[in-house]
Amino acid sequence: MIQLLAPDGTRTPDAEFDAVLQGNGGSGVGSDEDADSGPLDSPERLRGYYRDMVMIRAADLEATSLQRQGQLGLWASALGQEAAQIGAGHAAREQDYLVPTYREHGIAWARGVEPWRLLEMFRGISHGGWDPNELRTHPYMIVLGAQAPHAVGYAMGLQRDGVVGTGDQRTDTAVMALFGDGASSEGEVAESFTFAASYRSPVVFYTQNNQWAISVPTSVQSRVPLAQRSRGWGIPSVQVDGNDVLAVLAAVRTALDAARAGEGPFFIESVTYRMAAHTTSDDASRYRPSEEEQEWAEKDPILRLRRHLEQLDEIDEDFIARCDEEGHDLAMQLHHHIHGMEDPDPEGMFEHVYSEPHPIVDADREDYRNYIAQFDDPTDQEAGR
Amino acid sequence: MSQSPSSSSIVQIKLTDPGEGLTEAEIIDIKVSVGDTIAINDAVIEVETAKSAVELPSHVGGTVTAILIAVGDEVPVGTPLLEVDTAGGPAPAPEEPDVPVGEEVTGDSETASAAPAGDGDTPAAAATGEGEDTAAEAADAEPKNLVGYGSREQGPRRRRRRLPAQDDTAQVPIDRILAKPPVRKLARDLGVALADILATGPGGTVTREDVLAAQQRAYSGDTAAPDAHYFPEESPQAPEGLGGAMKTTRDQPFAGVTSDERTTRVPIRSVRKRTAEAMVASAFTAPHVTVFNEIDMTATTKIIDQLRASREWQDVKISPLVVIAKALLVAIRRNPEVNASWDEKAGEIVYKHFVNLGIAAATPRGLIVPNVKDAHLMTLRELAEGIDDLAKTARAGRTALSDTREGTITITNFGVFGIDSGTPILNPGESVILGVGAIKEKPWVVDGQVVPRQIAQLALSFDHRLIDGALGSELLRDISAVLEDPALGLVWG
Repeated sequence: MIQLLAPDGTRTPDAEFDAVLQGNGGSGVGSDEDADSGPLDSPERLRGYYRDMVMIRAADLEATSLQRQGQLGLWASALGQEAAQIGAGHAAREQDYLVPTYREHGIAWARGVEPWRLLEMFRGISHGGWDPNELRTHPYMIVLGAQAPHAVGYAMGLQRDGVVGTGDQRTDTAVMALFGDGASSEGEVAESFTFAASYRSPVVFYTQNNQWAISVPTSVQSRVPLAQRSRGWGIPSVQVDGNDVLAVLAAVRTALDAARAGEGPFFIESVTYRMAAHTTSDDASRYRPSEEEQEWAEKDPILRLRRHLEQLDEIDEDFIARCDEEGHDLAMQLHHHIHGMEDPDPEGMFEHVYSEPHPIVDADREDYRNYIAQFDDPTDQEAGR
Repeated sequence: MSQSPSSSSIVQIKLTDPGEGLTEAEIIDIKVSVGDTIAINDAVIEVETAKSAVELPSHVGGTVTAILIAVGDEVPVGTPLLEVDTAGGPAPAPEEPDVPVGEEVTGDSETASAAPAGDGDTPAAAATGEGEDTAAEAADAEPKNLVGYGSREQGPRRRRRRLPAQDDTAQVPIDRILAKPPVRKLARDLGVALADILATGPGGTVTREDVLAAQQRAYSGDTAAPDAHYFPEESPQAPEGLGGAMKTTRDQPFAGVTSDERTTRVPIRSVRKRTAEAMVASAFTAPHVTVFNEIDMTATTKIIDQLRASREWQDVKISPLVVIAKALLVAIRRNPEVNASWDEKAGEIVYKHFVNLGIAAATPRGLIVPNVKDAHLMTLRELAEGIDDLAKTARAGRTALSDTREGTITITNFGVFGIDSGTPILNPGESVILGVGAIKEKPWVVDGQVVPRQIAQLALSFDHRLIDGALGSELLRDISAVLEDPALGLVWG
C-alpha cells in the first residue's frame, strides 16, 4: 500500500512519488506552465488541502443535521474520506472528466461545485444542478456501478475526438470513474474493465474502499484485496492509503497522466473508512463494532495532515482556528440558506429531455400545464405534486 | 443583528422523518430541560425508529420553554416535541424565501465556493454578517416546505380544486376528502356531494364504486348521513380531573376520565400494545402446558454465598437467577429437542443449535424480554455479566430492538415479587418458558427429619405442539436436579 504520510504525520521518502509531487515525474508532467504545475506538496498547498478537508467536513456535518431537522430527504456522509477525495480531486487536471457517486463531496468541492448544490439534490429539488461540461464533473449518480460504463464510454469518445496521447498536456484528457467497494462488485464494473482494457481507454477507476457496503464488510465481498481485481483484465493497479492526502494525490496524478498519455486504463484502490453510517437512514452501530470505529478515528485524514504540517512547523494555532471558523461559517450559511431554497418549476423536468425541440415532449408539457391549471392556485407548486 | 432581544418568539421543534419514509418514532431520551439554552444543531431529543436510534439536533437556538412529549411516547412524524424561545438566544434559522439561493450563496460568500487548494495561506474572509441580518425575519416563522414535516396538518397536501357550487354546501371541509381527480369529476357529473359518500378505498379514499353507490342511495331515498367517519378524532387533551397515579409529571395529552369520573380511558400504545399482541398471539396459537416442581435450593444458595465472597466474583453480580439460568442451559443440553420453534407456514419444526436466553424484565416502559445471545457458549461468569447488562439496559429504558429479537428460551423471575408460582405465557416464537418463584425458608424433610431449607417453585410452560409431556417434565426434572445438587452441573455441563 502506498503511504507517504504515516498516521503520526511523518513523511516517508519515495523516489517515484516524490518526483510526481515535485512536478518532475510521471508522463510529461512539468512541460506546461498552467496552474497545476509546481510542487504539489509545498506548504501553501498542504495548508490548502487541510482547509479543504476542514471545510468539507463542516459542510458534511451540517448536512447531517439538516437531514435530522427535516430539511433534506437523505444525506450520505463522506466523513473520514476527505483525503481520499480532496487528494483525488486535486490530482485531476481541469480538462479531465470525473464521474462521481453520491458520496463524493470532497471531489465536488475540489472541482468547484458549491456545497449547496449537493444539498439541493438531497433535498429533492434538483437532479444535479451544475453544468457537467463547465465543471468537468458529472452530476452525482445514485445508481452505483453505473459510473464505470459512463466513464469508459466518455473515455472512448475522447479517443475518437483525438485528445488522447498527442503529447499536448493542455488538451489531452483522461476520465476518472469514482465508486466504492460495494459498487466495485457490480457487474457493470467488470464489463467496463473489459472495454477499457480492450480499447486502452484513458480512464482511471478510482475505488474508495471505505470498508462497508452499507452493512456488508469488504472482506465478505472479495477474497483478495480489491486492487487485485482489475489485474485479470490486464489493467495495472495500486492500493493507496486513502487517508493520506499526499499518497492519493501522487497515485491518482500518476495514473491520470499515464491515461492522458495514451497508456490505457488504471485501477486504484484507495483504502479509507466511512466514519458515519451509510446514509442518515441506517445505524452503523447495528452492524459494526465501535472498536473498529475508534481504531480508524486515530487514522483521521485531517488529523494526519495537521500532524505533518506541525512537524514541518508550517501550521499555527491561528491558521487552525481560522479554518475551523470558516468551516463553522460555511455550515451556518448552508443552514440559513436552505430555508430559502425554492421548489423547482414543475415544467423544468421537460427542459433537458432532448437537446432539440421534440413534439411528444411538447405535448406532455402542454398536458401537464393544463393539469396544473385545474387547481385553485396554479402558482402553488404543491398542487402539482 | 436587527433582532430585538426582548421580543419573545416561540418556535416548535417537530419530529422529522429521520429515515426514509418513516411515519413514527419512539422517544428514547430528552436531552434538555425547560430553561436550558441551546444552540443550532445541539442534540435535543433521541428517538428510536424502526431503523435506528438517532439524535435530533435543534434547527434553532434559544431557550427551551416547553417539553411536549415524554420518554416512551410513540409519536407520528410532525408531532411538536419542544418549544424554544428564540428571542435573545443564538440566531435562529432565518427564512429567506425571496432570495434565490444561487445568487445568495455565490454572491455574498467566498467560503461557500470551492476555493482551490493553494490558497491555504489566505483563507477567505469570514462572511458572517449577511446570514444573521435576516435572522429576525423568520424567528417565529415555521420553516416552509420541510421534507418529512406535515406542516400544518397531516395527510393530503393537495390544495382544493375548483368544484361546482353544490359541493360548497357540504358539511365536511372538502379538502379533507380524498379522491382521485377522475372520481371527483364523476361525482361532480352525477351531482353527488363528495361529503355524502361513504369512502371505502385504501386510506379512506372515495372510489368510483363509492360514488355510484351513493348515487343509487340518493335515488332510493336512503341517504347515508355523513358522520364521524370523516372526522378524524381530535387527539385527546389532558383532562382537568386526571388525578393520582394516572397523572404524569409532564402533563402530556394522555387519556380521558369519563364523564362520570369513575373510569379513565388510556389509549393502548407502545410497549403495552406490543405486549398485548405478543401475548394474544402466543396464548391462542401455541397450546400451553405448565408443569410445576418444588425444589430445595439450599445447596445452590450456599454456592452463591461462596461465590459472592470470592475475589474473582467481586465485581460481578451473582444471583439465584444466574445459577438457575445455568441449570436451564445444562438441562437444554441434555434435552436439545426443547430448544425449537413451530414454523406453521413452512410446515416445519425448527430445532436451534444455539440458545438466546430471554430474561423477562419489568421496566418503566412495561414488560420487555431482551435476550443474552449465544448463552449456551457462556461461562457462569459471562452469563452473570450478560444478564446484569440486560437488566441495567432494560431498567434505563435503552434496550435495543435487536436485543429482544431471536430469543429461543425465556426465564421469567416472578420470585422477585415474592410470588411462589405462576403459569407463564410463551414468548412468541419460542417453545419453553421457565418461571421462577421466590426462594423461601420452609420446613423440608431430609433423611426423615424436618429441617428448615431454602425452597422455591419452578413452573415450566411449553408448546405442546412440539414438546410432549414426558419431554417437558424431563427438562424440568433436570433443571431441578442441577439446582438441588449443583455438582451434577459438573457431570452434565
